Amino acid sequence: MGIETLLSQIFNGLSLSSVLLLVGLGLSITFGIMGVINFAHGEFLMVGAYVVYVLQGLFNKFYGHGAAGLSFLISLPLSFFVAALLGFLLEKVLIRFLYGRPYEGILATWGCSLILQQAARNIFGANNVDVTSPKWLAGGVEAMPGLQLPYNRLFILALTTLCVVGIYLYLYRTAQGRRMRAVMQNRDMSACLGIRTRKVDTFTFALGSGLAGIAGCAVSLLGSIGPSTGQNYIIDAFMVVVLGGTGRLAGTIAGALVMGVLNPVFELISTSSMGKVILFILVILFLQGKPQGLFSLKTRALD
Amino acid sequence: MDTKPAKSAIFRFKWFALVMLLLALAPFFLSDFRLNLFGKFLTFAIVALGIDLIWGYAGILSLGHGVYFGLGAYCMGAYLKLQAEDLPDFMSWSGLTELPRFWKPFYHAWFALPMTLLIPMLFALLVGFPTFRARIKGVYFSILTQALALIFVTLFIGQQPYTGGTNGITNLQSIFGFSLAEPATMRGLYAVTVLMLGIAYLLCHWLTHTQLGKVLVAIRDGENRLRFLGYNPALFKVLIFAISAGLAGLAGALFVPQVGIISPSMMGILPSVEMAIWVAVGGRGTLKGAVIGAVLVNAAKSYFSENFPELWLYFLGVLFISFVLLFPQGIMGFWRKGRFKWMTSILRWRETRFARSSSPNGLPRKYH
Amino acid sequence: MLKVKSRTFILSIFIIAVVVSVGSVWINAARSAEKEPIKVGILHSLSGTMSISEVAVKDGELLAIEEINARGGVLGRKIAPIIEDGASDWPTFAEKAKKLIMKDKVAVVFGCWTSASRKAVLPVFEKYDHLLFYPVQYEGLEASKNIIYTGATANQQIMPGVTWLLKNGHKKFYLLGSDYVFPRTCNLIVKAQLKAEGGTLVGEEYTPLGHTEYSTVISKIKAAKPDVVFNSLNGDSNVAFFKQLRSAGITAKDIPTMSVSIAEDEIRGIGAENMLDHLAVWNYFMNMETPENKKFVAAYKARYGKDRVTDDPIEANYFGVYLWAKAVEKAGTPDPLKVRAAVRGLKFKAPEGEVTVDPTNNHVWKIVQVGKVKPDGQFDIIWSSGKPVAPDPFPSLVSNKIVLEPGKIVDRKK
Repeated sequence: MGIETLLSQIFNGLSLSSVLLLVGLGLSITFGIMGVINFAHGEFLMVGAYVVYVLQGLFNKFYGHGAAGLSFLISLPLSFFVAALLGFLLEKVLIRFLYGRPYEGILATWGCSLILQQAARNIFGANNVDVTSPKWLAGGVEAMPGLQLPYNRLFILALTTLCVVGIYLYLYRTAQGRRMRAVMQNRDMSACLGIRTRKVDTFTFALGSGLAGIAGCAVSLLGSIGPSTGQNYIIDAFMVVVLGGTGRLAGTIAGALVMGVLNPVFELISTSSMGKVILFILVILFLQGKPQGLFSLKTRALD
Repeated sequence: MDTKPAKSAIFRFKWFALVMLLLALAPFFLSDFRLNLFGKFLTFAIVALGIDLIWGYAGILSLGHGVYFGLGAYCMGAYLKLQAEDLPDFMSWSGLTELPRFWKPFYHAWFALPMTLLIPMLFALLVGFPTFRARIKGVYFSILTQALALIFVTLFIGQQPYTGGTNGITNLQSIFGFSLAEPATMRGLYAVTVLMLGIAYLLCHWLTHTQLGKVLVAIRDGENRLRFLGYNPALFKVLIFAISAGLAGLAGALFVPQVGIISPSMMGILPSVEMAIWVAVGGRGTLKGAVIGAVLVNAAKSYFSENFPELWLYFLGVLFISFVLLFPQGIMGFWRKGRFKWMTSILRWRETRFARSSSPNGLPRKYH
Repeated sequence: MLKVKSRTFILSIFIIAVVVSVGSVWINAARSAEKEPIKVGILHSLSGTMSISEVAVKDGELLAIEEINARGGVLGRKIAPIIEDGASDWPTFAEKAKKLIMKDKVAVVFGCWTSASRKAVLPVFEKYDHLLFYPVQYEGLEASKNIIYTGATANQQIMPGVTWLLKNGHKKFYLLGSDYVFPRTCNLIVKAQLKAEGGTLVGEEYTPLGHTEYSTVISKIKAAKPDVVFNSLNGDSNVAFFKQLRSAGITAKDIPTMSVSIAEDEIRGIGAENMLDHLAVWNYFMNMETPENKKFVAAYKARYGKDRVTDDPIEANYFGVYLWAKAVEKAGTPDPLKVRAAVRGLKFKAPEGEVTVDPTNNHVWKIVQVGKVKPDGQFDIIWSSGKPVAPDPFPSLVSNKIVLEPGKIVDRKK
């Protein structure tokens, strides 16, 4: 194995980690903070990807084909807002009845995911749709002979970093974020202290969904955009969150890094199918020893 | 009720006897196609009983029960395949010229049939023991079982020479010398399924009415209190998980000859989640509910997808969501408590019943 | 108040769903009282992962049925399609096939895409001695008397493709496929062929269906330095693979790929710019110059929209419907047994040229062509076999069996 293979594997690992982290971040927020496991998270990601597609279609119509770069930039915040809005509605109509009932949460959000998938199929057709990558994301940096670092992967790395930093600042440096963490740590006490926990819940769910929308933008650069896009990522995202431990930003980051770096390694030494099997088995074994995941909130509670 | 056992036993089981009688009479008023379909639903009802044991009674939600169903089904499929061909067709086109050693015992019914129960149970023990000892529970356990389902699907698809890959095991000809193409065989299989469902139901009924059943409910409602009382919840959980897996395996074994195929798509995450939904729709913690839920959801699925092949997923999605919201205790819960109050309560939706500061069983929500 | 509203909202959705369903069943029942049409079954995945490909094939079938009905139907009777959703789940395919045959009593079924779904319904069709038209290229090693295979078998797609590559200087092969039966069996044939015709194998990789991360596979391909990647990936994975291949800086000039599961319809989802100059081998391409094809493409676009494209499997089932109709007229009855006998040896001028049903193995004689992707997502046809190739579902390279007649397969005599 040449040095460039090794280096490219490290880069692949980091790149995969960034994708996983971006997908897992929103899930971790909704799941970790609210105890609701959102099966429709993958479909919010799908919504984000379709936003890119629709916006590009509109831009092509009005500004010609040269505007792919601009439309992609605009679709980043737009997909956040569309997915967040959808998350907001879902929370208002459905999720808020399910707090404290995580199992029902699973089943109801699974029903949502069915509906959203079928809706995508009826609106956009069963086929995958195509999005032209912006010109400035084509090609890559030639780091050394035989090793090209694609711009789109570098872009996703940067985007993920930006999102993580943004979420960190929000959670730890703003009053709103402090309230969110307070609700996460002790809901009843926060409520006693005058925090409007329901408002925080709704907002948190919308935020997590919005992050899925951004992730949808990012994966549209790498993969397919179609009704089953969300399904391709959701289980990996679950594993990231569970491995990382819930309720901690650091946990999700660590979970994504471990999964992202190890997956290409196992894939390289075995096959793609077996690589994933090995990784999942290891994660399960690890959780036997440390059920709370890599990072977890220190707690004296038994339950 | 226990004071008058002789009378109450008859009283208690009159519904059971009536339903069994109706099921036994079904072949006389259903077409062969519908009977076959109904037989399939009844195998699903057996899975649902198993899931209800662990979820409804012990409060453990497994989202990977497709694995145990599949293991049982594959054991049966292997046996039936070897009845049809000496070397299964998928092996020869994958380049194998000889039957792998671990396939050979499945030639014999005395080995294959018990294995449809034992392999899922053993595997459940293997998974359950460390997991429950590590006190993994709640949604964490659910996600782990899901990952396990994904692992199994990937493995079974990848090992095409030994498992038949995505195709699975298909093109089965006969069972115990009876051709699977004969409607009479199908009726026989249906009768066996009804019988097995009856036995499974009685077994679960007995289990939940013994001390064990009380311990299970205690695990669901207050595991730590139980632990402080000197019980080891992990052992009970492993036991009930294995029984549940065995029921799923039994259902799988009954499924294969009736449907004529087993493939990894029956082991995956989607069917596993669906299995949990049957129980949720029927009503957790009631065995009748599990059976009713499995049959109703599948009947609805068949009905919708036959009549609206392009829209049926909407119906299914709406059905699940509305059930979770409107009948949180499932059909049985509605039947027991809510059937009179329901119409009024629908207009006066009180969220307090599920106030977010308390868990459904009235215990304080976790404090971090 | 919001609480009450949301609950009644959900309830009303539920009630509407029930009312709509009951209502339309009633309407369906009322409609069926017309003059007796011939019922045919259409069985494809309209939901789940496989709907990506199968919905378009269903559209092709419906188009053919509408065209036949417009000119008066068959034997003076209209054709009434009954559509069922296989939901990308093989046991469901078996259930729906049973339903179409036993409950609806259809005269024929057009359907399936994956080999797995075909294998799942095969016992059903054999059990009730019925008839299925299967439209997709597949790995071969099958010749049931109950199935008419209108797609290519191995020697009409994969094998000519490999031979063409070897003749054009691509000696080192990297085999990439989704992890299921078709790619694995197809690659068994390719490997046997490489050995026989003087190519070398530098790598082989299978990824799970729905796999989205191809950077490691691409690293492996780079390290193996093949002349060509022989690609039998299916579905979403193709999009991820080609997008990531291009962004890793590998173009068709560096390492060309030849795909066997990517047609015009799939390119729409991958993006032509990501697949520029890569190769595919098929029996039919949308921009073929036959008059039948021009008519077919125009009709398809007029029916389903300007931006829709036709491709090989769509075409294969489109002419499959016509083949069936022709066989019904020849037999004078829609009875599946008689139609099955009548369809053998039947010729039809399909969009891809004249096709003939081989009387010994129920497969179809088809022309083979290699195409190169153009910037508009169409193929430039760079090679053609010129005349239809005889189907050989049991190529001697990988099988010692021979078909005497449909359903009768024996060991080849030494």
